Amino acid sequence: MIKTDILIIGAGPTGLFTVFEAGLLKLKCHLIDALPQPGGQCSEIYPKKPIYDIPAYPEILAGDLTHKLIEQSKQFSPGFTLGERAETIEKQEDETFIVTTNKGTRHHAKIVAIAGGLGSFEPRKPLIPNIADFEDKGVEYIIKEPELYRDKKVVISGGGDSALDWAIFLFDIASEVTLIHRRNEFRGALDSVEKVQELKNLGKIRLITPAEVKGILGTDKVTGVAVQKEGEDAFIVDADHFIPLFGLSPKLGPIGNWGLDIEKNAIKVNNALDYQTNIPGVYAIGDVNTYPGKLKLILCGFHEATLMCQSAYKRIFPNKKYVMKYTTVGGVDGFDGTRKEAPKAVVKAIE
Amino acid sequence: MQDINIKITDRNGVTHDVVAPTDMAMNLMEVVRSYELAEEGTIGICGGMAMCASCQCYVTSHHELPEMSDDEDAMLAEAFHVEDNSRLGCQIQMTSAINGLEVVLAPES
Repeated sequence: MIKTDILIIGAGPTGLFTVFEAGLLKLKCHLIDALPQPGGQCSEIYPKKPIYDIPAYPEILAGDLTHKLIEQSKQFSPGFTLGERAETIEKQEDETFIVTTNKGTRHHAKIVAIAGGLGSFEPRKPLIPNIADFEDKGVEYIIKEPELYRDKKVVISGGGDSALDWAIFLFDIASEVTLIHRRNEFRGALDSVEKVQELKNLGKIRLITPAEVKGILGTDKVTGVAVQKEGEDAFIVDADHFIPLFGLSPKLGPIGNWGLDIEKNAIKVNNALDYQTNIPGVYAIGDVNTYPGKLKLILCGFHEATLMCQSAYKRIFPNKKYVMKYTTVGGVDGFDGTRKEAPKAVVKAIE
Repeated sequence: MQDINIKITDRNGVTHDVVAPTDMAMNLMEVVRSYELAEEGTIGICGGMAMCASCQCYVTSHHELPEMSDDEDAMLAEAFHVEDNSRLGCQIQMTSAINGLEVVLAPES
């Protein structure tokens, strides 16, 4: 079992900054995120897009903001459980919590901070009537283990970066890669588009456009897909695997069943004090919470995280006296043994 | 500065007559959210960057809308439930030229 002081659910900007603020109070953090990498929406949806309202950054790319937040939190050695979704929460007799993920990883924490944004990202599933029957029997919405596709016939559908990147990655692992998209145009990094073009010209990737997968064939596992080009009859492409890559969309998910007060798909919190939910010891910060006047801005999430950590400290150490110290005055002592501090002024007489 | 009238049919099939300002740099997705015509968290997920299709709608009146940007076009090419009259609400700005616009919100996907 993973043990920590504050268990943060969601590794987006708010969750990552919580690690820093908690670290200043000597509280250790562990983060859970359904995505395989930290950054939340900033790295999943718009890493290359600029943000203009991060204080002191006239302009910063969402992906760069994520990198800087990770850099800032590193000294406090956060733990990560990535690619897993927080599923259940159990309050213990001593008022601590055990949170278990969909893969059964258990986390024991004194405080739970939900920084879940719009929820956990789930793959968007194409509207093919029998697709659910083939999930994990040849249909995968996320590629976890590329070796699964060694010497197999793979059909990928989608027109974005992930479809292009995986087609490129899998062409010399799989025996056959077919890429199907509704348009002739792809939306992806220019070099990925050019690489696919090159592989297509070399006959290493089969491209079928503009076309759509309309059905899946097989009995207990995928044996092929029915593909239709606009205005033509459907035809069959033999396949062992069908990988639809149509992006991810966030769903509040299991957190919705934790007994928290939910309003408009967000968790109600006490904004007059500390962003605590109706369950003492469970906080909600960033885009996932709601209160009168709430704004879903990264900078508001940072503020909420800071106040939440103060409250968490008082809850863990009810009898300790605490005075907030400026980092410029007190310096920063990392859990990794590093120390940052302002240089001392030099006092020297002038002769 | 004038307000315009728009008819929005929500995902439950209920049609709402709404008034939208043209001087607030608002787009259709934001109008839908300000009137709470779709559940929060199910529309405008990417914030209006044409990077998700949660604000997809069908334009049912005969207004001449500004042409689609490449971004919008590419996003719709990956969306579900797409029809010939599909647009992304976040890319439709409120201007006097679209007074009387009628749209139907596409299903959530």
